Amino acid sequence: MADKTDVWQGTLALMVLKTLETMGPQHGYGIARRIEQTSGNLLSLNYGTLYPALLKLEQEGAIVSEWGMSDNNRKAKFYKLTRAGRKLLEREARSWQQATAIVERFLSPVEEA
Amino acid sequence: MHSLPRRLRALWIRLLGLSFTRPANDEITAELECHLQLHIDDNLRAGMTPQQARRHALIQLGGLEQARQTTRERSTLPWFEYLLQDLRFALRQLRKSPGFTVVVIITLALGIGVNTALFSIVNTVLLHPIAQPHPDELVAVDASKPNFERGSISYPNFRDWQKDNRSFAALAIFRHSGFLLTGTGDTERTHGEYITSDLFPLLGVKPMLGRLFAPGEDEIGRSPVVLIGEGFWARKFGSDPNVVGRAINLDGRAFTIIGVIPSSFDLNLGTFRAQDIYLPIGQWPNSALKLRGAGLGIHGIARLKPGVTLAQARADMNAVSDHLATIYPEDDHGLRASIRPLREAIVGYIQPILLVLLGAVGFVLLIACVNVANLLLARSNARAQEFAVRLALGASRTRIIRQLLTESTLLALAGGALGLLLAGWGTGVALKLVPAALPRASQIHLSPLVLFFTFLLSFAVGIFFGMLPAWRVAAQQPQNTLKEGGRGASSTRHRAQDWLVIFEMAAALVLLAGAGLMIRSLFALSRTDPGFQSKGLLTFSLSVPYSPATATAEGATAWVHEVDRRVASVPGVTAVSFIDGSIPMTGDDDEELFWLQNEPKPSDENDMHWALRYMVEPDYLKIMRIPLLRGRFFTDADRGKSPPVVVIDEDFAHQFFGDANPVGQTLNLTDPDQKATVIGVVGHIMQWGLDNDAGFPLHAQIYRSYAQVNDGDGIPASRFTSDLVVRAGHADTIFPDIQSALRQMNPKQVAYGAQTMDAVIADSLAARRFSMILLGAFAALALLLASVGLYGVISYLVGQRTQEMAIRMALGADRSNVLAWVMKRGATLAGIGVGVGTIAALLVTRLMAGISLAKSSLIYGVHPWDPLTMVGVIAILMCVALLACYVPARRAASVDPMRALRSE
Repeated sequence: MADKTDVWQGTLALMVLKTLETMGPQHGYGIARRIEQTSGNLLSLNYGTLYPALLKLEQEGAIVSEWGMSDNNRKAKFYKLTRAGRKLLEREARSWQQATAIVERFLSPVEEA
Repeated sequence: MHSLPRRLRALWIRLLGLSFTRPANDEITAELECHLQLHIDDNLRAGMTPQQARRHALIQLGGLEQARQTTRERSTLPWFEYLLQDLRFALRQLRKSPGFTVVVIITLALGIGVNTALFSIVNTVLLHPIAQPHPDELVAVDASKPNFERGSISYPNFRDWQKDNRSFAALAIFRHSGFLLTGTGDTERTHGEYITSDLFPLLGVKPMLGRLFAPGEDEIGRSPVVLIGEGFWARKFGSDPNVVGRAINLDGRAFTIIGVIPSSFDLNLGTFRAQDIYLPIGQWPNSALKLRGAGLGIHGIARLKPGVTLAQARADMNAVSDHLATIYPEDDHGLRASIRPLREAIVGYIQPILLVLLGAVGFVLLIACVNVANLLLARSNARAQEFAVRLALGASRTRIIRQLLTESTLLALAGGALGLLLAGWGTGVALKLVPAALPRASQIHLSPLVLFFTFLLSFAVGIFFGMLPAWRVAAQQPQNTLKEGGRGASSTRHRAQDWLVIFEMAAALVLLAGAGLMIRSLFALSRTDPGFQSKGLLTFSLSVPYSPATATAEGATAWVHEVDRRVASVPGVTAVSFIDGSIPMTGDDDEELFWLQNEPKPSDENDMHWALRYMVEPDYLKIMRIPLLRGRFFTDADRGKSPPVVVIDEDFAHQFFGDANPVGQTLNLTDPDQKATVIGVVGHIMQWGLDNDAGFPLHAQIYRSYAQVNDGDGIPASRFTSDLVVRAGHADTIFPDIQSALRQMNPKQVAYGAQTMDAVIADSLAARRFSMILLGAFAALALLLASVGLYGVISYLVGQRTQEMAIRMALGADRSNVLAWVMKRGATLAGIGVGVGTIAALLVTRLMAGISLAKSSLIYGVHPWDPLTMVGVIAILMCVALLACYVPARRAASVDPMRALRSE
């Protein structure tokens, strides 16, 4: 893991949802930057893959979009978490934590019984 | 992230996205544009030059166009969109060549429709002819005797068989009969069956009301009860639920109704039909019922015990009959039970015809498939250049193949849909032509399985031949095809098309030859002399209830005279005769048992001589126009008190007297026992039908005087029925006049069952006519399809060679040269097809000749290799083939060379 890691399939949606929960309504570029920053710039995100993911979440009803003005006065499409999206985030986060905890147990030094 | 509702919601939005493709596209573009701008702004702020900033942002995005593409694909359903595109394109392509489209669809529809229709009939009639449960256990049972392979079972033998056998779960017998119904509305002739108690239970029939006959209720001397059919119940009793216990009057006797048989019951075996009424056989007021040697037209049906094979049942019943023959040698010597599967008994006679037709229709389907293949081949060859251009412009091979697949599928679907309509219609038409007695005709319906099968087959053919050339085009280097101007690599495909056309021509010839022979057979039959003149003959039956006036011999004789007088006085009637015993062509037969003057009396009936017996009045010869060869026919003087006399036919004379003069010889008759003198010899008539007469063993015919046989008998206490035959100017329309004349004489007597002899003969040939019409139709269809195939190939050839021909003409070739060249090419193909087809036809007609219909071959009165038929059908095929070539040939010859060359 010398270089930046690619975003795994499936985790991008979780990151998008969490980002929107923390930051509130945000446009695509903002979400992308935020994910990069949060990862401590360890993650290499191809911005182009973000938009199909956003579209998918929107089609599934987890987020909604709306045109608005960005901080530097550019017309941008803002995404906002819906109630269904919040629930989805909760569920996904929990299952993700569970999964990582399990993997963690395998990888951590064996505890003496 | 895979919960179903969310995914469905996404799918729905993507589907909606299909129709809003453009706005969604714009929005995606705008959003990505904004993304870039925001990123560039950031980069500029970070101190990059504008170019650097933009380049960096684009790299991070992964390319603007790619991002737009992936996002757009997510916004709709791309595969679905392609499909819609392909469909639209395919429809446009098909619309552009309507001739091709229509021909392919119609060809497919004909193949699918005809095949499905016929197979639906076969499916019901041959494969499922019996509606009853476990039909494989059901067998038809008859008594085989020296003169009759499947003769009548006598009642006493039936009882012993029933008691002694160990193979049958149940055995029952039945006898058709007619009754005069009185007291329930108008006096009416009804049809019924005398049956035994086991019949309905063994067939699995349950009464819809009341009960069936109880065991033992069918024995002689039990109380008179009757089961009625649902139709009769509705017609006569208005479906009264309290009908059980009421009485009906049949032939002057009261019968108590005990149950109603549902109209869903259907069985078509020999003379047995679902009827209005069913009586226990013990109720039959026929004194001969008790006689073991009596042949009364009683036949049987049985259900084998589970696990018992036909062979085991036969062995068992042989033992039973042989045992009876030792106890009753006089009656049962040489008599055995004959057992065959019910299916065979019901459909055995029509099976060969249906199988021949099925073979024919298979040919038609094959030709249809070949035709479609041919058309698709020609078309995709013609489009080779189009594919090459598309490939060169960057279309993917899979996309082109998918496109062609869509087109073929569309054609196959349209053909299938039209075929379905055609099949429904065709089944109806075929059923109208079907011999009336076809089992379960009312249950024939479109078989979905068959429809599916034929559809799948033509579908597969369409796809396969649609894809094959596409595959080749896609696999080759487009530049080659482009260089050759679309004509490239086509010689091998020419050859494939040529072979297909040759095959079609050959198959069509085989069908034409078969149909030709069937037509010739019927023609031969129509010219067969039955020994009498059928035109102008009408037969009918007359029933009269008992009355004291006719109960005496004098009364009965007077009644016969009066009937004769009344019928003869109907305008148009030239002569009339009562006829009893055998009736020509109808299947009603009756036999005289006798021995010759110089022979000792045989010990039992089966060792006596048998002859077909006709009991007629003096005018009979005149009515039938049978020639008198020797001596004299009956006169009014041949009555009860006068010396017994008989007239014989030429076959009788030849069989028993050789070259000696039979007139004046004496015969010993058995019914009643008396000596009779032969007074005349008449011509032989065909008793068993035009095509079957030669196949039956019983040919000798003997005539007895109606007045002499019946003299001394009054009209019996129940009723009296006899048949009459008249010669009349308009035999087909005169019956109502006869009916009213007879009703005028006595309102209680009923004349019914009128048939012209021409109709009887036509009916006896119905199965042949049915197969001839269908085979003819299939052959015509095959010819049409094959010609379309040839036309397609020649047209294609002409289209490909237009320039070549233009050059030839420009260099001085005559138009007639071009015409001849094209015609020669077509004639060569057709000629090879005829050559191959002739060999195949000779084999197939040989096979057909081996197939027999009742007692004669399917091909009758004409050699299976009849040269006239072969030459005729070859001429027809060649004419139609040349016509199919002539149209494109004319087009080729009328090309304007300058125009054709300039268009290059």
